[in-house]
Amino acid sequence: MPDSTRKTRVNKSLLSDRFEKPIEWLIKICGWSSLAALTAILIFILKGAGPMISKINWVEFFTSTKWVPSPGTGNEPHYGILAMLVGTLSTTALALLISVPLGLAAAVYISEFATGKVKEFLKVLLELLAAIPSIVWGFIGLMVLAPLIQNWFGVQQGRNLLNGGIVLGLMSVPLIVSLSEDALRAVPDAYREAALALGASKWEIVFRVLFPAARNGLLAAVMLGLGRAIGETMAALLATGHANQIPSAITDPVRTITATIAAEMGEAPKNSDHYHVLFILGLVLFVITGVVNVVADLVIKGTKKHV
Amino acid sequence: MTATQNSAPLQIPGRDGYSVHVNDFSLWYGNFQALFNVNINIKQGIITSMIGPSGCGKSTMLRSLNRINERYGNVKTTGSITILGKNILDEDVSVATLRKSVGMVFQRPNPLPISIFDNVLFGLKSHTPSGYHSKRELEDLVEQSLSEVGLWSEVKDQLKRKATELTLEQQQKLCIGRLLPLKPEIILMDEPCSALDAAGIERIEALIGGMRGRFTILMVTHNMAQARRASDECIFMLMGEIIEHTPTLDLFMNPVHEKTAMYIEGRYG
Repeated sequence: MPDSTRKTRVNKSLLSDRFEKPIEWLIKICGWSSLAALTAILIFILKGAGPMISKINWVEFFTSTKWVPSPGTGNEPHYGILAMLVGTLSTTALALLISVPLGLAAAVYISEFATGKVKEFLKVLLELLAAIPSIVWGFIGLMVLAPLIQNWFGVQQGRNLLNGGIVLGLMSVPLIVSLSEDALRAVPDAYREAALALGASKWEIVFRVLFPAARNGLLAAVMLGLGRAIGETMAALLATGHANQIPSAITDPVRTITATIAAEMGEAPKNSDHYHVLFILGLVLFVITGVVNVVADLVIKGTKKHV
Repeated sequence: MTATQNSAPLQIPGRDGYSVHVNDFSLWYGNFQALFNVNINIKQGIITSMIGPSGCGKSTMLRSLNRINERYGNVKTTGSITILGKNILDEDVSVATLRKSVGMVFQRPNPLPISIFDNVLFGLKSHTPSGYHSKRELEDLVEQSLSEVGLWSEVKDQLKRKATELTLEQQQKLCIGRLLPLKPEIILMDEPCSALDAAGIERIEALIGGMRGRFTILMVTHNMAQARRASDECIFMLMGEIIEHTPTLDLFMNPVHEKTAMYIEGRYG
């Protein structure tokens, strides 16, 4: 009997030894798969953009607001994305102006002030808010916000920069709240206790202890919120008015890069110049988010070094 | 009990030779009673240590004196604690002002994750309007406070460095130093040396000893040898009650109560 138990034990350890290597490889592959996916996406977009990368007039592309991708016969097409670029950046900026203060404040309330059932209730509510499909948000912009904006500002078109900014801002709030709350909760309690014992008020603790301590996590939350606002398509299409112009007022309709791709991909004949240019728009989005992420990374590293 | 403790206190509030009067103080966490009718008078300007086995209520007693134990809610008290002539359990007491006069050093050094400079001034900035002190005054305060805890020469060229990057011993010195700009009357210490190595313990004890006379220091420790060498009076607690409070030497040489004798001989706890 003792012999046989020893035998099974030996077998088991042999077995786990045999699996050690493959499991390590499996985990390694999972880790590298994100890079593989990213590369594949980049290749896909570049391939889609195809011949237009060399054919397109890049100066016109970035400096002109003239977007005539499928002109009538005999006319020259124009591919100028300046207005869309401004549209995307302005709606995103407005969205962040709304979502960052709102999201941070909500996260501070949930993490530091709310207790017990209120806290649990709010967290569930936020998860629900995050689960609302973007098309529904678009509807809200279209049917609820647009008439309100028309009335308040006395403008003809309620679907505009303001509408898009509000909708995209509200959409990013749940994401910013839940990530910021995680970051705040990760701040060791000893810091709060130390500050309290020095006579600091709760608000002082929030601004002078928690924000500096959780800075990286909070910045990451804002970056993901920014990513959501830049990349959002459906809601942007419905709420912004989709007018290809540089806005001169907050109540002017605008057009985003994402919405342009969504609206025109269906009608552009496959492998036409128009079709390829839409892929270049995708490439522009790809570069914007990439730059934002790298800058955020540098900011985090920079502040780490200085403080 | 010593003779002075039984004599009638002078009528100057908070200046009767004692910094703290605890009268019939009981404390509950929910339904659990942690302290039973505690009566203590802590003499001004000396070092008083509190010893006793884990869970005897010594930390709870300490943390009641700046009311930091109330932060999780669910705390009920009866009796009174008089500090600077005022019952700190009264409703009109500002805990922020209380904590200015009653500083605290924790078991695990807990400098804030900001610069050394800002750590020293953190408390002061909470209690004075911005711009109240000139930049020069603040710099002087930082130098004074850090010199007092023996940290100035080590960190004077790196005041902008994050305080959490210091060694544990330096961190604990900083945690003591950052109380000084507030000019506290009382400093509470909750096992201030337990995270440190032997050499660090010796230096922190020397630092605490050097503060004798200017501050009333109340120190919880689980290390009886430390209580013996570093304190002037000693309080022995057991099961939420004060068993004995005498000059430290008396407590260790001639304990009055059998329970005290058993504890200091290491027969339990």
